Amino acid sequence: MRRRAGLGAIQKHKLEQEKYKDKGNEIQENQLEQMTRQMEVFKVNLEEFATKHKNEIRKNPEFRRQFQEMCASIGVDPLSSGKGFWSVLGIGDFYYELAVQIVEVCLATNYKTGGLISLNELRTRLIKARGKGKQHQEITQDDLIRAAQKLKIFGSGFMVVPVGKGQYMVQSIPGELSMDHTAVLQQVTHSNQAFVSVGYLRRELGWEEGRAKKALDHMVDQGLAWLDLQNPSEKLYYFPSLFNACINSSN
Amino acid sequence: MNRWKYTTPLLLDNESTLTSEKNVRLYDGDQKTSFEGGELIITTHRILWGRPGAISKGQTCLALNLALIVYIEEESPSAFSFSRSRKVVLHLSEPTDYEQDRPQQTSIYNFIKLSFREGFNSNVTGILNDCIQRKHWEIFPQPTAAEPQKHAPQIKLRTGIVGIERSLQEKQKAADESISVAFQDLSKLMIMAKDMVQISRTISTKIKERQGDITEDETVRFKSYLLSLGIDDPVTRNSYKTDNQYYRSLAKQICDFLQSHIEEMGGMMALTDVFCRINRARGLELLSPEDILNACQIMESMELPLKLFEFSSGVRVLQLSTLDSESVAEATAILLDDKGSLSSEELAQALGISFTIAKERLLTAEKCGKSCRDDSIEGLRFYPNRFLAE
Repeated sequence: MRRRAGLGAIQKHKLEQEKYKDKGNEIQENQLEQMTRQMEVFKVNLEEFATKHKNEIRKNPEFRRQFQEMCASIGVDPLSSGKGFWSVLGIGDFYYELAVQIVEVCLATNYKTGGLISLNELRTRLIKARGKGKQHQEITQDDLIRAAQKLKIFGSGFMVVPVGKGQYMVQSIPGELSMDHTAVLQQVTHSNQAFVSVGYLRRELGWEEGRAKKALDHMVDQGLAWLDLQNPSEKLYYFPSLFNACINSSN
Repeated sequence: MNRWKYTTPLLLDNESTLTSEKNVRLYDGDQKTSFEGGELIITTHRILWGRPGAISKGQTCLALNLALIVYIEEESPSAFSFSRSRKVVLHLSEPTDYEQDRPQQTSIYNFIKLSFREGFNSNVTGILNDCIQRKHWEIFPQPTAAEPQKHAPQIKLRTGIVGIERSLQEKQKAADESISVAFQDLSKLMIMAKDMVQISRTISTKIKERQGDITEDETVRFKSYLLSLGIDDPVTRNSYKTDNQYYRSLAKQICDFLQSHIEEMGGMMALTDVFCRINRARGLELLSPEDILNACQIMESMELPLKLFEFSSGVRVLQLSTLDSESVAEATAILLDDKGSLSSEELAQALGISFTIAKERLLTAEKCGKSCRDDSIEGLRFYPNRFLAE
């Protein structure tokens, strides 16, 4: 039957396609209805969950982290709208307020860090600023990273930069930090001294002189590093944003 | 066995040792326990049982308050037993406190047996009976009456780090239990959410392929679901927001609140600034960054006095609709002529605006041909463009 060629076969084929399309539509509509129904059920369950466990989320950072990870793994962003379903959980306020405070701390310290602040220092300052209540003290690195990442959409340059070994820097002034620059920051963080030099980078990273100099000069240009000409052998580059971190780590 | 407690063999006030025996096994009722081959010490207040050498070293051992003993009897070896072991049966009353660590939490028996593998030398039964009669532990009612309260701090003193660790463990256990209930509920919720995400993906691919086949209402409804769930989908990224009542009212609110501020600041404000000011003013029910972004995006179409503007570097600002690149460039060029040269820090100080915006203004002026840059290790400076002017 199918091997028949000619007009009849073509018309029949067309008819089949139409029918499939209609059926597809039908199934799709059913799917939409199905989704509507599921949304209702989900909303009820979510509200129940919220009444039972709202406090857990706010007080327990481990629970918050798990919650966020689960949402991320299924492709849902509970923080994307203050009016969405997830707002019953009250986590929006927590993260948005944290984001506002992060912006304030970054702006306050920009004059000396040049726009780059280590996550640990940020966390210490935030804890001091937030107040004495216990729920204010329990903010983890994970909370800060998530709140800071939300600010990226404003385009003002808020970015979280990993510098290896589980440490992060938060950048609050737009500027290009290439892989080389990040590598320089990593070296400074882990060298436990607040400065590097062209020679140091050549030894530790195996870079050529031109590459090291270019990276370091760029950071001075951006205001992230200071030049020190007092050393007789070579120029030293200091990173004020990492001063506190050095102090903390040597304690 | 649930009347025994873990403790260290430090003697209480006025407690003294009466006798000790070796190679003793404990029985829970008629059943053997794993506590065998140990040392038994009878004091005026308690019976202590420990592994060989444990008591002399002061390590953890078991203790039974003599106050719990109701009746003592010896078990006569039956005709079939070949061992030399002699057993003493202690009938016990209900345990008085449930706080401390016990080898066993519940027991179906109300008696225990002490099995002396090699017999006993001293008159154990007699000594025990004597102790129970004298009730040394009641002669000092204060320590015993206060014992339940004192036990808590006393235990900490006596066991030191171990006691602290144990109380921490208990606290953690309690917290864990409530958390695990929460986690179970959470997982159930997530499974539901996952299903919905799957369905939404299939629907959205269908929408992309066949634009006309799904009605407008349904599309709008679908998009609203995606937004409330927080699913990031290309379908929601376009003009849906113009239809939404919520964003329209939000946009009006933002404009009303910030217009005067922005005018004071020279006509532009970075979105991060907008975000902070609005949320600080609100106090509760804060807005997410996405909400603010969406509201600002529709301001232009609503012909409000403020609009969203994005620089080529990606920086987003809210500026007066009366401003545009040309006017900004003009204003900056005039300032440049006044001062001769400007860096972004100087401009920021002069105008009272942030560094980011100052930099953007200078770059805009450069783009319109009004200024030239001087890029050195000292930073970025701008000079009036004399090539075109002269």
